Amino acid sequence: MNNIKDIVNRNIRQYGMLFALVVIVIFFGVVTGGRLIWPRNVSMLVRQNAYVLILAIGMMFCILTGGNVDLSVGSLVALVSAMSGLTSYNLGLPTGLAILISVLTGLLAGIWQGFWIAYVKVPPFITTLAGMLIFRGINNIILDGKTLPLTGLYITIGTGSVPDIAPQTVPDFLHIGDLLKLQNKPEYLNMTMLLVGLTLSTLYVLFIILNRKSKKKRGYEVAPLWSVVTKAVSFFIVINLFSYWLAMDEGLPIMLILLVALYAIYTFIATKTIPGRHIYAMGGNLKAAELSGINTRRIMFLVYANMGLLAGVAGVVTAGRSMAASPNVGANFELDAIGACFIGGASAYGGIGTIWGAVVGAFIMGVMNNGMSMIGLDVFLQSVAKGLVVLLAVAFDMYSKSKSRLG
Amino acid sequence: MLEYILEMINITKEFPGVTALSNVNFKVKKGEIHALVGENGAGKSTLMSVLSGIYPYGSYTGSILFKGKECRFRHIRDSEEAGIAIIHQELALSPYMSIAENIFLGNERAKNGVIDWDETNREAIRLMKQVGLKDKHTTRIKDLGVGKQQLVEIAKALAKNCELLILDEPTAALNDDDSNHLLDLLKRLNQEHGLTCIMISHKLHEVISIAHSITVLRDGKTIETLDNTEPVSENRIIRGMVGRELTDRFPKHEPKIGGIGFEIKNWTVHDPLDEERVVIHNVNMYFRKGEIVGLAGLMGAGRTELAMSIFGRAYGKRISGTLIKDGKEITLNNIGQAIANGIAYVTEDRKGAGLVHIMDIKKNITLANLKAITRGSVINEDEEIVVGKTYRERFSIKSSGVFQKAGNLSGGNQQKVVLSKWIFASPDVLILDEPTRGIDVGAKYEIYKIILELADAGKCIIMISSELPEILGLTDRLYIMNEGRVVGEMETSQATQVDIMSTIIKSSGGR
Repeated sequence: MNNIKDIVNRNIRQYGMLFALVVIVIFFGVVTGGRLIWPRNVSMLVRQNAYVLILAIGMMFCILTGGNVDLSVGSLVALVSAMSGLTSYNLGLPTGLAILISVLTGLLAGIWQGFWIAYVKVPPFITTLAGMLIFRGINNIILDGKTLPLTGLYITIGTGSVPDIAPQTVPDFLHIGDLLKLQNKPEYLNMTMLLVGLTLSTLYVLFIILNRKSKKKRGYEVAPLWSVVTKAVSFFIVINLFSYWLAMDEGLPIMLILLVALYAIYTFIATKTIPGRHIYAMGGNLKAAELSGINTRRIMFLVYANMGLLAGVAGVVTAGRSMAASPNVGANFELDAIGACFIGGASAYGGIGTIWGAVVGAFIMGVMNNGMSMIGLDVFLQSVAKGLVVLLAVAFDMYSKSKSRLG
Repeated sequence: MLEYILEMINITKEFPGVTALSNVNFKVKKGEIHALVGENGAGKSTLMSVLSGIYPYGSYTGSILFKGKECRFRHIRDSEEAGIAIIHQELALSPYMSIAENIFLGNERAKNGVIDWDETNREAIRLMKQVGLKDKHTTRIKDLGVGKQQLVEIAKALAKNCELLILDEPTAALNDDDSNHLLDLLKRLNQEHGLTCIMISHKLHEVISIAHSITVLRDGKTIETLDNTEPVSENRIIRGMVGRELTDRFPKHEPKIGGIGFEIKNWTVHDPLDEERVVIHNVNMYFRKGEIVGLAGLMGAGRTELAMSIFGRAYGKRISGTLIKDGKEITLNNIGQAIANGIAYVTEDRKGAGLVHIMDIKKNITLANLKAITRGSVINEDEEIVVGKTYRERFSIKSSGVFQKAGNLSGGNQQKVVLSKWIFASPDVLILDEPTRGIDVGAKYEIYKIILELADAGKCIIMISSELPEILGLTDRLYIMNEGRVVGEMETSQATQVDIMSTIIKSSGGR
């Protein structure tokens, strides 16, 4: 069966990363005595790491264009957080408007950097290094070293959940809390979460089935039935298990909706649109891309403008979670995002990497952070461990590439 | 006293699918200037790379005797230690370093690992005097012209105490004054210091004026070594260079030529790095539908520059002139516009600029025309697979499937992917730049068939090739270019290799 081999080969890197995530989760699950996977902790993990994930999605595009990075995103998060304080606290604007202005500030900063990179040809490293200093400086000018409280929609986004329509007592036969010997056993199940999970997963399975049918009808090549069924079934199980898990706690975090939406949108852009394809092509071979009529300058501009936009979103999320605009927020965020991309299989030379990889990489970073804190590992040792993981992930990538030539 | 300083005996060098050198014998007498001539691809540079250790001992067969001793160079350092220095066409100088630093680059005058600047400067000044370079030794290389840079290269070779100096096309990039100066210098070094030189050159009049002997290579074989102490005629050398029989290497074909589809008028292009320099001088050409037009010329004749400047200004600055397609003037300001107007350019640099190696075959094929498989703003990946499969079958691209990475294919199959990409963009004018370079004979034949098929579909085909037999075997009409100008136009049926070569050589001799 050449076909199976082909499919496995094409997806091995993606599944390899997922496998690594599962191993890390199990490892920390065991060493923390199960605390890591408590429902409460899982929803906290999602909220805590949302910023890495959002930034990593944008950073993945930067890296895809040719191994470029954006060093300014940490400072940009700080600037956006300061803008939030300025607009909603100092000026007293409604929080919805304040959020809009803050996100647009991020986009504007991205456009600024995109201009220098794409049209003046200042190398991204230099441009964003300058941005790192500039944005951090503006943050301090605005806040004058003070921390400003944030309210309203900020807090909803940062910590809120979707209200439950009809909480249900946990039926005995589903009482996983007993099995896991949770300390504060959940008494109620969040029905909203369960329903959303069930609906989404059913819709997805339906989509897969219908899509395959229509492809077959139009004479296109389709994946073998067994692989489609396996994928659909496992997807269905994982989603519902996860939503059940969150339902035992406070239900569906608003942040999770945002993350899923961003993941879906950007995966679509990367894999299904012409600009997405152009990004991969220019990262793979800049000259060939240009000679194929691709406007690489415009692509560069869009990628960095988009990075600014996403940094704006990450800034609002971060500000909301800490319920404050503060002068030293966002330190080293850029490194977390870059690290997540490389752990997630991005090539340091561009052209290779997926949004899915960035997400998995972000979760690997997040689980490690969380797990290491839980077992009380020294902060400095945590830093050493994270550094080593990034190094080993890329080393492994290089090794497997040299084995399979172009992989 | 040995008569021969260098003897290369039965040298055979093979690349995958190609025999670059087969049983070449090459002997150089001590104290002579020996010219090595032949067409592009005849094996001159390969032979010199074998000699200088760029292709290490073991990667070729045969033996090299230098000063009577057998040599086994594994690295260019080994040959330099033995006293052989090579100056490539692409100069190996560091632009932001001074002349003195460059002369001793990799060969620093040092005491205990610390550079001895006094010694460096004193020696540099002595060597510069020897090669007739009058600038200050602290001048940076980037501030020198190419002619003077060439002199620095020679000084660098002399600093290594070389006894055999190899020059690969030393005057190709030089104007007449600089060329004459360089040739005089070589003569002087030869007479006064007894330096033995091997010079690769296309400029036969220079070869005749300076060399003691001339060895002719053709198709990786030694054809003859001529004694030039009594100057031989250019025609005599050309006969040796091109005297090959044309066999059935090209598909049979009846051209179906239509009206004029594309015209270039008064096309002038300046060098993007040096805007004062004119690279293409007032070129006028026309191309008919269904006609294959060849652009013949030596490397550096300006053919690629011409093609790329037409292709949406992919090369050049201050471009002037008009392009007329199907009777209408068109303006192409970028490559996107060129493609939209039905112009396609297949690059000579397949590896560097033709393919995205880490992308699979189907994605490479659709890259220049993604719109064709996009509905709304969504790329239809199923349609893409169909497209990939269609071309894979049509051109029998040997691969495990359309999901195979383009970088893992052989040269010929890679070229088929590149051609597929441009055919999928459905151009009316297709410019092919060295479409069969580095491809084995069998795959060449298939590429030729594709080209003829496209011509029969009524496209204007412009074919740049440095292999004259290919131009003669495939095209219907040809332009000869030299030094950025059109120096001749011929019906292919009435042209011979000797005609073309002598047109080129006469046109450069005249200036």
